[in-house]
This record gives sequence, structure tokens and C-alpha cells, in this order.
Amino acid sequence: MSIAPETAARVAKLARIKVEPEALPALAAEFNTILGFIEQLNEVDVEGIEPMTSVTPMRLKRRADVVTDGDRQDQILKNAPDAREGFFAVPKVVE
Amino acid sequence: MMSDLTKLTLAEARDRLRAREVSSLELTEACLSAIEGAGALNAFVHHTPEIARDQARAADARLAAGDAPAMCGLPIGVKDLFCTKGVPSQAASRILEGFLPEYESTVTSQLFDAGAVMLGKLNMDEFAMGSSNETSVYGNVVNPWRRGNDETALTPGGSSGGSAAAVAADLCLAATGTDTGGSIRQPAAFTGIVGIKPTYGRCSRWGVVAFASSLDQAGPMTKTVRDAAIMLGAMSGHDPKDSTSADLPVPDFEAMLTGDIRGKVIGIPKEYRMDGMPAEIETLWADGTAMLRAAGAEIRDISLPHTKYALPAYYVIAPAEASSNLARYDGVRYGHRAKLAQGDGITEMYEKTRAEGFGPEVQRRVMVGTYVLSAGFYDAYYNRARRVRALIKRDFDEVFAGGIDAILTPATPSAAFGLGEMQDADPVQMYLNDVFTVTVNLAGLPGIAVPAGMDAQGLPLGLQLIGRPWEEGDLLNTAYALEQAAGFVAKPGKWW
Repeated sequence: MSIAPETAARVAKLARIKVEPEALPALAAEFNTILGFIEQLNEVDVEGIEPMTSVTPMRLKRRADVVTDGDRQDQILKNAPDAREGFFAVPKVVE
Repeated sequence: MMSDLTKLTLAEARDRLRAREVSSLELTEACLSAIEGAGALNAFVHHTPEIARDQARAADARLAAGDAPAMCGLPIGVKDLFCTKGVPSQAASRILEGFLPEYESTVTSQLFDAGAVMLGKLNMDEFAMGSSNETSVYGNVVNPWRRGNDETALTPGGSSGGSAAAVAADLCLAATGTDTGGSIRQPAAFTGIVGIKPTYGRCSRWGVVAFASSLDQAGPMTKTVRDAAIMLGAMSGHDPKDSTSADLPVPDFEAMLTGDIRGKVIGIPKEYRMDGMPAEIETLWADGTAMLRAAGAEIRDISLPHTKYALPAYYVIAPAEASSNLARYDGVRYGHRAKLAQGDGITEMYEKTRAEGFGPEVQRRVMVGTYVLSAGFYDAYYNRARRVRALIKRDFDEVFAGGIDAILTPATPSAAFGLGEMQDADPVQMYLNDVFTVTVNLAGLPGIAVPAGMDAQGLPLGLQLIGRPWEEGDLLNTAYALEQAAGFVAKPGKWW
């Protein structure tokens, strides 16, 4: 399978990474190299094998469904590039 | 005298601290001046001398009071991937520029509780994605080792390249690393030090910047196997904040170092004999096998038939998880936000921020991950890779069920290569560095790199031992026997 520059553009869009149009052919070529390498997996007989979900056969711990933390607005906003009046600020989302 | 202090192992320094022959502040000052003189290595990227001195004084007070936990007063470096409260923690990425965590990772907080002294943060590949420390926003780390008198700058390996270079150059007594596909073991091998990736779940991942959550594990990078045992003990244990951390007792790893491996069964996997493997690596592997046999272990040939598919499976699973984990870098909550043009909306903010904030390798992996998870390809790539992963783990399960105690392999397919030497190679060539280590992450097993010899150019070479899950103590003991037999004591000549 070969990835066209248009597919590379679609993937970049999905990943929310701006890629200039002139960079797309090189990006598509890199994808092709990597995906070509990955294609080897098609040689493996995986009939009847379940996809691994956990590498250690352990049950994830459950915790009580209670509030254990909170009141940290200042700490949470401290690293924000733009925070105003106790909120994260972003460009206009809805016209 | 000062510089000799930095050459101490954790065990030696601990014993001298407890005997009150040296103070933590003296040790710390010696390391701080070694770091100051080692700018050319570019290993330490954020210096925390004030924190170090405060922690050293506190450690000296504890030592004076006779309260000396495992790491008390021992100066270490911390990989930039660990969040450290109030100290830059940027995973060597531009996108986390200016980020000052409001919290401390569980691993560093355990190390501090055990008395460790933090000298600063260590360089690494961006988001731990790389095998040569050439993807860092801080620039390359330079390996303290050189090819004889040749001044070519060599890679320390990656992604924990700063940690490896700092320990090898005696800038700190030990360092934390993390390992997703070989990022502790490969740099350890390239710099002649010891690095262990414990069983998945042994160390909490809480507060460690996530790359691929089902593969990431923290571990120590140290001068000796004994030091690895000491530091791993301090880093390990259950953490309610990481649901994948194991609620299992942490044994006294150091106490398990008897050096007696008589009757242990060591497997030699035939699939790790790669085409085009340098003769020196073959010889090293054969020498290591002979050393373990001479120490009383039984050597058995084994087969791990799906080994060949580990790297391709990894390069589906790791980018898939990365694309999901790195979705959080959106320019809203922390780190870098791109300057926006008039009329730019939130989508432009995301796209410009991520294009500016992520380097080329991180962008590549996020996009590959996005692709393999996208509608129509999820089954063909992601689910298939997870099924192959199950087979890779089954290979190991069967071998261990057959009575194998540990598996011996080379740690890397070559010695350290020159910085920039792989620049024109395609990304897959660089990925091949992890060919011997990546299986261990996919199967969640403990693996350790031990320096075992030198190549013809005078560069260190390492061997890897792979152990049964949760049996790091036994694995460390086998590594200890190998370390004693190999007798690797060489140090890089100081040129920096």
C-alpha cells in the first residue's frame, strides 16, 4: 500500500499538526517507509489470538467512588499560556 | 580529592556517609563542580544546585541523627521526563517550555523520601522518542567515550542519553531513566554503565510524562549492579495513583546479590543472532555465555520464534499510544502556545502550536499513530500488532515455563555510533537500534544491560539479561555474577 500526499494531509489534519503543502510528499514518503516496515506483521498467523490488553495478568485496582482532591484552581491554571478570571482562555470557538 | 568523590558508587558513598567519613554536602559540591565543568557533554540541562544543597544538608542532619534510609545523601540526576515540583520538566520538548509542575512524580518523591539529592534534570530524546539523543530541544548529548584518539563526537544512545553520559562521566553517582523500547538499556550499553528496566508495574508511572503507557517503565542507571539494586528498591512499590502499578512487596534486592548462580538455567535465543551482526558482538555474547557457564549456570539454546516481529509491532503500538497521550499538548493548559494570526480560531491554534512545539520525530510518530488508529486501519494495523504482541509474550512465557531462569542476549547491535552518522538513514534504520531490547517491553519483563567488554576502537559493549516477571532480585543476582566475571572497570578518558 502506498500513501499519497493527500492521505498525509488528512493524517496531519487528524493529528492537528500543521504541515505546509510543500512538505507533504516527503512526509508521505516517510510514512511509506515506516508502513512498509510494519507490513511484515501480515506474515504472522494470528488466528485465534486475542489482542493484548494488559501485559501483566492483573486486575486493575478499583478505588472508592469518592472525592479525594479538589480546590486547586490556582495550581491547575498556573501553567496555562492564557488564563483569565479562573478559566483557561482560548480563541473564539463558536461564532 | 573533590573529583574522586564523584567517582564513588552509590554503595561506597552510602557506606562512607554512614561512617561519617564524608558529608552529603561535600559529595554534592563535588558533583556540582563536575557538572559545571562538563558543559561540553550537554547532559545536565536544568541545574538545581540550591535544591541539591538543601537536600544534602537535610540528609546530613538525618545521617547525624542515625536515620539513614537507602539513598540518604546520595547525589543523583533526574531525567527530564520526570515531573519535579517547581523545576522545569519538559521532556526535552519545546511544547513544554516554561512548564513548572505543581507536583512531584511518585518515583522522584520516593527517591527524595529515601534521602536522595537531586543535582538537576538530564537531557534526553524529545518525549523519549529516539535512540541517539539527537531529537532533544536542548541539542545532542555527547558520549564521554571516544574511539581511541579520534575526536568524533559519539552518541550516548537514547532516549536516556543524558542520564547515561552523566553517570559514565562521573557527574552524578546515579540517574533515573525510563525505558519504552530500550531507552535505559541501549544508552547504558553505549556508555559502559548498568541500566535496568524493571517489570512493567514495578515503578509507578505517575508524574512521568507519558510516551506509550503500556510500555513505559522507569528504572535506575548506575555504575554497578549493586547500585542498581539499591536504587531500584527505592524507586519501586505500589502507588494508588497509577492503577497499573503492582501491589506486590518489594524485596531487598541488594540482599539477593550473592553472586551464586550455580544451577541457574540461562537461555540463549537463536533468533537474536542477526544477519550482519558485527563479529565483536558475536564474540561478546559467546564470552558472556562462557562466563555464566563457568559460574555454574546451565546454558540452554532456546527459541523465541516471533522475535523478528517485535520491532514492527512496537512501531504500531508505541506511536498509537503516543498519538493518544500527546493529544493533551493543545496549547491550552500548559506549555507552548503558538502566536496566532488575526482571525485564527481554535483549530489553527492547535495545529500551529503542535507544529511549532513538536520536533520532526515526534510529529512523525504522532502522525503514524494517528494513521494506524484511524477508521479502516485500526484492525489491520493496531489490532494485528496487539495480537502479535500477545504471541511475543507467549514465546517468553513458554520458555520460562520450560525452566529458563534468565535469557542472555547482546544489548545493542553495535557500539556507540557518531552523532549525525544516521542523519541520512531512513527512520527505520534508527529504529533497528532497539532490536534486542524492544521485545522485553512488549512482554512487560525485566531486562538489564551490563557492561561486558570493549570493541576494537575502545568503546564499551553491553550484554542484556532478561528475567522472569517480578524476579528482578534473581535477575540482578545473575547480572552481578556476569559483572564480576566480566570485570569491566574501564572509564572514559576525560577530554571535556
